[in-house]
Amino acid sequence: MRLLSDTALAPNPAGGDDLSATRRGFVIGAVMASGALLVGCSPADIMGAGAPKRDFGAFGPFLKFAPDGQITVMNKHQEMGQGNHVGLLAMVAEELDADWSKVGVEASAADAKVYANSLMGIQGTGGSTAIANSWLQYRKVGAAARAMFVQAAAEAWKAPISEIHVKSGVVSHANGKSATFAELLPAAAKIVPPKDPTLKDPKDFTLIGTDRVKRKDSLAKSTGTARYTQDVRLPNMLTAVVAHSPRFGGKLKSFDATAARKVKGVVDVFAIPTGVAVVADGVYAARKGRDALVLTWDDSAAEARSSAELEATYRKIAAGEITPKDDQWTDFASKGEAKDSFEGPDVLHATYDFPYLAHAPMEPMNCVAQVDGSKCKLTYGAQGHSLDQLSAATVVFALPGSIEIETLFAGGSFGRRSSYDSDYVVEAVHVAKHVGGFRPVKLVWTREDDMGGGHYRPMAHHAVSVRVGKDGYPVAWRHRVVVQSFAKGTMLASMMVKKGVDGTTVEGVEGSPYLAATPVVDAKVYTPKSPITTLWWRSVGATHTAPVMEHTVDQLAHRAGIDPVAYRRELYNRAGAKRHLAVLDLATEKAGWGQPLAEGWTRGCAVHESFGSVVANVCEMKLIDGEPKVRRVVVAVDCGVAVTPDQIAAQMEGGACYGLSAALYGKVEIDKGAPVEKNFDSYRVLRHNEAPKVETHILPSANPPSGVGEPGTPVMMASLPNAILAATGKPVSKFPIVSA
Amino acid sequence: MGLSLSINGQIHTVEAEPDTPLLWVLRDELGMTGTKYGCGVAQCGACTVHLDGAAVRSCQTPISAVGAGKITTIEGLEGRHPLQAAWVAHDVPQCGYCQSGQIMSAAALLAQNPKPSDGDIDAAMSGNLCRCGAYQRIHAAILDAASAKTEA
Ligand code: FES
Ligand code: FES
Repeated sequence: MRLLSDTALAPNPAGGDDLSATRRGFVIGAVMASGALLVGCSPADIMGAGAPKRDFGAFGPFLKFAPDGQITVMNKHQEMGQGNHVGLLAMVAEELDADWSKVGVEASAADAKVYANSLMGIQGTGGSTAIANSWLQYRKVGAAARAMFVQAAAEAWKAPISEIHVKSGVVSHANGKSATFAELLPAAAKIVPPKDPTLKDPKDFTLIGTDRVKRKDSLAKSTGTARYTQDVRLPNMLTAVVAHSPRFGGKLKSFDATAARKVKGVVDVFAIPTGVAVVADGVYAARKGRDALVLTWDDSAAEARSSAELEATYRKIAAGEITPKDDQWTDFASKGEAKDSFEGPDVLHATYDFPYLAHAPMEPMNCVAQVDGSKCKLTYGAQGHSLDQLSAATVVFALPGSIEIETLFAGGSFGRRSSYDSDYVVEAVHVAKHVGGFRPVKLVWTREDDMGGGHYRPMAHHAVSVRVGKDGYPVAWRHRVVVQSFAKGTMLASMMVKKGVDGTTVEGVEGSPYLAATPVVDAKVYTPKSPITTLWWRSVGATHTAPVMEHTVDQLAHRAGIDPVAYRRELYNRAGAKRHLAVLDLATEKAGWGQPLAEGWTRGCAVHESFGSVVANVCEMKLIDGEPKVRRVVVAVDCGVAVTPDQIAAQMEGGACYGLSAALYGKVEIDKGAPVEKNFDSYRVLRHNEAPKVETHILPSANPPSGVGEPGTPVMMASLPNAILAATGKPVSKFPIVSA
Repeated sequence: MGLSLSINGQIHTVEAEPDTPLLWVLRDELGMTGTKYGCGVAQCGACTVHLDGAAVRSCQTPISAVGAGKITTIEGLEGRHPLQAAWVAHDVPQCGYCQSGQIMSAAALLAQNPKPSDGDIDAAMSGNLCRCGAYQRIHAAILDAASAKTEA
């Protein structure tokens, strides 16, 4: 077999792409790298240890040609709605000059040595990196294969390579000879792939950046035939549900399964580390069995506080009234000397409270597991492939790479399906291990399990004081953040926590152009502890930092009597924030900023950078019966080269809805350590009749692509309070905006 | 025992207990997995099917309540409904998990109101959640399918 290792078709070309690593992706890679240094090998080596030998064929691990010329691109990422499958496909098809109607995409195997995210160093999807980390890699895959067909044709036709052309899957020569990929396949497969194939100049793209790039999964997803974890049916398969502690941090003390075992269809009931598993022949029987369990929990280490108490504690910490022993205040973006007190008429004070938020993807968490000894196979909507392999491996005592994963579509995630502790995956493996014999077990979380399962966007409190100069612009900025860290104390800590600061707790305050434009900054973060688990949630730290920074700036503009857009422009000029200026100009122009609106309607504007992209959002809002109604949203985004413009628009539309939903209604209340909202009857989310019309404008750019899955969300959470301020003159200080 | 159900024009005899929601009979016993579970409490619409032409939430419909009623599921549209073409033309789905339910709600609406207004669509579709936020494309695709249907 020919070695592909030093060719462009090799897995994971060294060096990744020439773009600035988006921070979270980078951080995760660094975490693994830091562990890897101890044993002297790469993170991918560790995560891939024990992987089976794979034979990829002539075109490498990312590309397959069927004899009829049908092309399949292997997607190393999770397609959970973001449209990366079609973006990756477009990158290959563009460089290959393939016929768009003859290309398709499949989920790759889980194997960090082959399919690592080059911004993470391990396999996984997150941080809006799927397109960004693949930008050169997938294009090279297409370009190398194209070169193989060109060379095969040149040899067959005894013509110079420079005279061979490829268009839409047909290879041709000026003298009239032509052949399809299918016809040239046997000869092309024998060519050694070039090491460094020439990539197209972006101005020659005919597919990337066009509306020809349509999703390939729309039909399957409109006919009920797309396969999700919930839909897996395997011979002899069992269904499991698990009874969990109602309180965070509670442990099982004892259980009585007598009645549960009598439920028709229940096969077995047993304890696992996270609770009591009920295994049955279907979901309904398993749930009935679980309802019949008699359970007692040990709450000695459980959270006992409620939301109001937690919020009050956070406020007192921020105000310096108390300093519990959980943590200590740590500087993160301070500069200059904050000699002045933050008192007096030229100081603006603003505080903000943010609740816990559930991700609540439409498909609750679930996973099909099969275990026999240390042999383990998982079938599900995998997002954090390598982390899940590592976690599963520790349960069955195997090498991570030996854990086989079949990746299915995921019914949404928004960050939830990839977690530092692989919670629901580990649970499925424990159940399947107990069942044994490689018998498939589908672990099903009900909506209540899913929303009650923690891993929330953490509760947060910000206290901001800004002293302004005579011109009304900031001269000194004091910022206090109190928010739980999901990195501290987990496997993410070693590299995500730098100088005592978990970057995700302050990103967006740190790096803000408003702080860059302010001479003196005194910024500190404090991370309280709780058994309530938290996690990244679509746009992570920006879910609270963007509304805080943007609403504070609007309040400053309001005080100074300056138009908030003009106020931002001045600050961006002072900070040299050119990309912010550009999207601000584009969005406000398209939105008609400053032009009159119908009675009762106001506009709000916000700009925020996250995951390498800068997004501006202008919304139109009216208070109807006391509730804000947003009807129109204009978004301008700078995300580098736009690979799939219509999917970028879809992410801006969806991101706006997701952010609006959270800002208006999103909240998981804690009652003595237990979550209150556990289904959509109490966890209110945005509905069809409440959704705005979103218009997306993409800033032309020659920079490599950056993220689009997340950055549309935080600006919506920020422009809405600004529209409310414009309407009422009163700032928003508590989220969600609509209570009860 | 065994209860007879008429689904997509065929009679199926099922073994499930009479209190079992239609959703689980469709998915677990009959293997018709196009109909999805999202909440189990009639709040999300992912499980929407037609019972005698009306959109119902199958998670809250025990099979004992179906009687001789005719059930249609997403599989029963056979990919030929004008809504499905409009869904593809607009690239409506993101994760896609809610879309069977969206299409079944929209199909019931169009069957009974071939030229719905924006307000009619809002009213008929507000019981179907889409966490990916594909609402504006869903709305546009329904309007498109409605005009395609009336032109045809
Ligand atoms: S599953 Fe039936 S409405 Fe949600
Ligand atoms: S497309 Fe994902 S929930 Fe609607």
